[in-house]
Amino acid sequence: MSVTAVASAAYIIAALLFILSLAGLSKHESAKQGWTYGVIGMVIAVVATGIVVIHESTGDAANAGGGLSIVLLVIAVVIGGAIGLWRAKIVEMTGMPELIALLHSFVGLAAVAIGWAGHREGLTHVGHLEAQQMVHSLWNIHNAEIAIGIFIGAVTFTGSIVANLKLSAKMKSAPLMLPGKNAINVGALVVFAVLTVVYIVVDKDDTTGGGTIVLALITLVALGLGWHLVASIGGGDMPVVVSMLNSYSGWAAAASGFLLDNDLLIVTGALVGSSGAYLSYIMCTAMNRSFISVIAGGFGIEAPSSAGDGELGEHREITAEAAAELLGDARSVVITPGYGMAVAQAQYPVAELVRSLQAKGVDVRFGVHPVAGRLPGHMNVLLAEAKVPYDIVLEMDEINDELAETDVILVIGANDTVNPAASEDPGSPIAGMPVLRVWEAKDVIVFKRSMATGYAGVQNPLFFRDNTQMLFGDAKNKVEEIVSSLGR
Amino acid sequence: MLIGVTRETSPGETRVAATPTTVAQLLKLGYQVVVESGAGERSSFADEAYAEAGARIGSAADAWGADVVFRVNGPSIEEVARLRPGATLAALLAPAQNPELLDALAARGVTALAMDAVPRISRAQSLDVLSSMANIAGYRAVIEAAHHFGRFFTGQVTAAGKVPPAKVLVAGAGVAGLAAIGAASSLGAIVRATDPRPEVADQVKSLGGEYLPVVVPEEKQEISSDGYAKATSEAYNEAAAKLYSDQAADVDIIITTALIPGRPAPKLVTAADVASMRPGSVIVDMAAAQGGNVEGSVAGEVVTTDHGVTIIGYTDLAGRLPAQASQLYGTNLVNLAKLVTPGKDGVLALDFEDVVQRGLTVTQGRADGSGQISGEVLWPPPPVQVSAAPAATPAKPAAGGSGPKPEKQPMSAAAKLGWSLFAIIVFGVIVAFAPQPLPQHFTVLMLSIVIGYYVIGKVAHALHTPLMSVTNAISGVVVVGALLQLAIGDHTIQILAAVAVLLASINVFGGFAVTRRMLAMFSKNPVSKGN
Repeated sequence: MSVTAVASAAYIIAALLFILSLAGLSKHESAKQGWTYGVIGMVIAVVATGIVVIHESTGDAANAGGGLSIVLLVIAVVIGGAIGLWRAKIVEMTGMPELIALLHSFVGLAAVAIGWAGHREGLTHVGHLEAQQMVHSLWNIHNAEIAIGIFIGAVTFTGSIVANLKLSAKMKSAPLMLPGKNAINVGALVVFAVLTVVYIVVDKDDTTGGGTIVLALITLVALGLGWHLVASIGGGDMPVVVSMLNSYSGWAAAASGFLLDNDLLIVTGALVGSSGAYLSYIMCTAMNRSFISVIAGGFGIEAPSSAGDGELGEHREITAEAAAELLGDARSVVITPGYGMAVAQAQYPVAELVRSLQAKGVDVRFGVHPVAGRLPGHMNVLLAEAKVPYDIVLEMDEINDELAETDVILVIGANDTVNPAASEDPGSPIAGMPVLRVWEAKDVIVFKRSMATGYAGVQNPLFFRDNTQMLFGDAKNKVEEIVSSLGR
Repeated sequence: MLIGVTRETSPGETRVAATPTTVAQLLKLGYQVVVESGAGERSSFADEAYAEAGARIGSAADAWGADVVFRVNGPSIEEVARLRPGATLAALLAPAQNPELLDALAARGVTALAMDAVPRISRAQSLDVLSSMANIAGYRAVIEAAHHFGRFFTGQVTAAGKVPPAKVLVAGAGVAGLAAIGAASSLGAIVRATDPRPEVADQVKSLGGEYLPVVVPEEKQEISSDGYAKATSEAYNEAAAKLYSDQAADVDIIITTALIPGRPAPKLVTAADVASMRPGSVIVDMAAAQGGNVEGSVAGEVVTTDHGVTIIGYTDLAGRLPAQASQLYGTNLVNLAKLVTPGKDGVLALDFEDVVQRGLTVTQGRADGSGQISGEVLWPPPPVQVSAAPAATPAKPAAGGSGPKPEKQPMSAAAKLGWSLFAIIVFGVIVAFAPQPLPQHFTVLMLSIVIGYYVIGKVAHALHTPLMSVTNAISGVVVVGALLQLAIGDHTIQILAAVAVLLASINVFGGFAVTRRMLAMFSKNPVSKGN
């Protein structure tokens, strides 16, 4: 039984465990088992590979890496693992989207590094020996795989970096509107295709290092494309983007698998890629956007023309005390959170509010829009963090029909997801997007910092409805004030 | 156009179709209003008040001869002749019960709007007279019952002894029933309610009542599709009869509100049930006008059985609060006027595309200049689904392109199949020409894509984030690739590979750790629902 055979067996087991992991993660009951499966799978894969590495690098083959390989292996894994664990430990739950976007970029960059290493391998003497033994066409394919792997990896890398910057508000979240941005995207793809062909041709009998230059160009084009793709998408669509990048990072891994002839990478990459793509598809349906245009990127909202529509009428303000009174007298209350709740860190006071209302016998539930927040399921994570039981947190479809019978709806930091214009104004940029029909309730209280528009840049007629009252100020402070008035 | 408000002619009618307040609102819509002298007398609205609001006080002929006539009750067949051909009439017409009246109106060339035929959809609630009147009637039914009931509603413990609370059974939790439940429970009584529609349980509870379900295991509970109660099956009726018998022996007051549109009221309480009630008990039969839910009730009268049970059969419960009933009815008519006067220019224009307007128009009449009179009966209207699924939202035109793109048509099944086959064949050809080991890799790739798709097919929304972070951790499996490259004895490769290993390790450890943190937070409230 050779080491390679053991490794192959381990890879199959790891692949199966990853499948079980994803399957487990799609249900609450089995989510924790799913996590365990994933960890076991990863441990098996890494340990098996480690054994192979140790075996090969200490072997007597001409290209053996020797002890250095093992030292590097241990150092890299330990440092990387420490950084990963540290980041995961200190991250605020509200900062989850940024962290996940950042992690995607690491996969992308790793794939780029692998691609370059593969290229370098081709350049070395050993590589050439190998190449001569290979069928000529296979060598071309190998080079194409390098180019494709680097391309996907680089797009994922810069795309994720931009997403991270946008999510952490270090970069303007408004979509970048370069003229002819579709032409830029398509152009970049064409340039990539041409360069790949050039790279294959040049690298075939490379002596001058010309292939390196072409590959560098490919990397640059891909980095630029990744940056542009995500930069031209508005912050409001970030949940889809993050999910899409997740998918891309999977494809990057699969491309590395082709390059390295490694089925585990292909399987896992394809799993992540297709499940990520499907997840994006679900989100797109929720936002009534075309899936194809998301995958292709650059589906950013057109410059919001209706943002300057001005006031749509008079809005009414309410004080925290009056809101508390309204809530105390209500029989049923629905809370519709949005990104604003995450920004204000209001989930703990909100959970406190839920408990004090429940103690008064008020029926409290949450209505979560599929794209609320900056990450799919973002609100659920925050509410779970604040110990809100998940069976009162309902999805839009579950609760929408009951909103009309609700006494008071609290809109906390949500805007576009409760915008009546989406269903009533066909000219609105968000027309057709399913929204929470909060305006059907008896009373709506909107927590907001000011009368500014939401991420989509669309004015919200909800604020001017007769049954809507605005509670201006920091959501966290305001909710706390309500809780203390309720306690009195 | 001129709106005429006539004095009600049916005996016992205390309401009027417009109040000074609603007159002012009608004038704002561009109409002129003439009120028959004395029309508001019995609702305590004096002629002067109407005049002050801007109406003209006129004779009966003035009001009847207006372009639009507002009434509470429909005219008698003889009175139809007082209407002008081509005029519009809005009143409670009971179209299902009065086919002759409809014929007469059509023959007179009158367009008749039956305020009691408003479809029960939320948009039309502002003109739903049945709701507004039932609300008043339900409240009044409790007041009448309290008046005839010789005891407290609320339980009390006094120095002079303990007083038990009254027990009230409300049959039928429609608008009237719910109003009665609310009124009775706010007086302090113990309130129970029955209704064939199980979905009203929450509404009953919300008003302080207890919902008593009629348990019929073998019958499928039908959700009412048009907002009204339906006639019930025999098995159900048996179970319900038993429930009523049991309750009759226990409660002090029964208020019945069961009505099925266009049919005589169902008999819910039998003579035997009545006899089983304690002396001094009170029954209010709100359906007395349609034959009554209670055996022995007499429409419009109060009867006391030999046994000492009072059965109230008033048919004018809403009219017993005349000023408010008139105000609400008048407001319903104003809302109707708003609906049919889109231009706010005092010109009434019916739009039959609108299900509300089509639904309440029971006759349409015309009278052209040459004195030709024609008219047709439009009752019954086409059915309106209340709980209809929302219409599919129109597809949003693809945004973000250079210039507008045409809206995409969904592909036909054949085209879809064709494209799929084409793609599969192209893929097959590529694989066939690719040298080993590519075909093998493609096989693995394709199968994995399909598995990935199906595995997360039914992911719970709340788990999107953990799922994504775990897939993120799993995609850190590139570490394997980087590790393999580490074994190659070239320093550049080793450095690149080490960097890749480091990055991927961050991903693997970070991704799994963060997922674990998230999953640990998802908890179900341990006390809720017991699972």
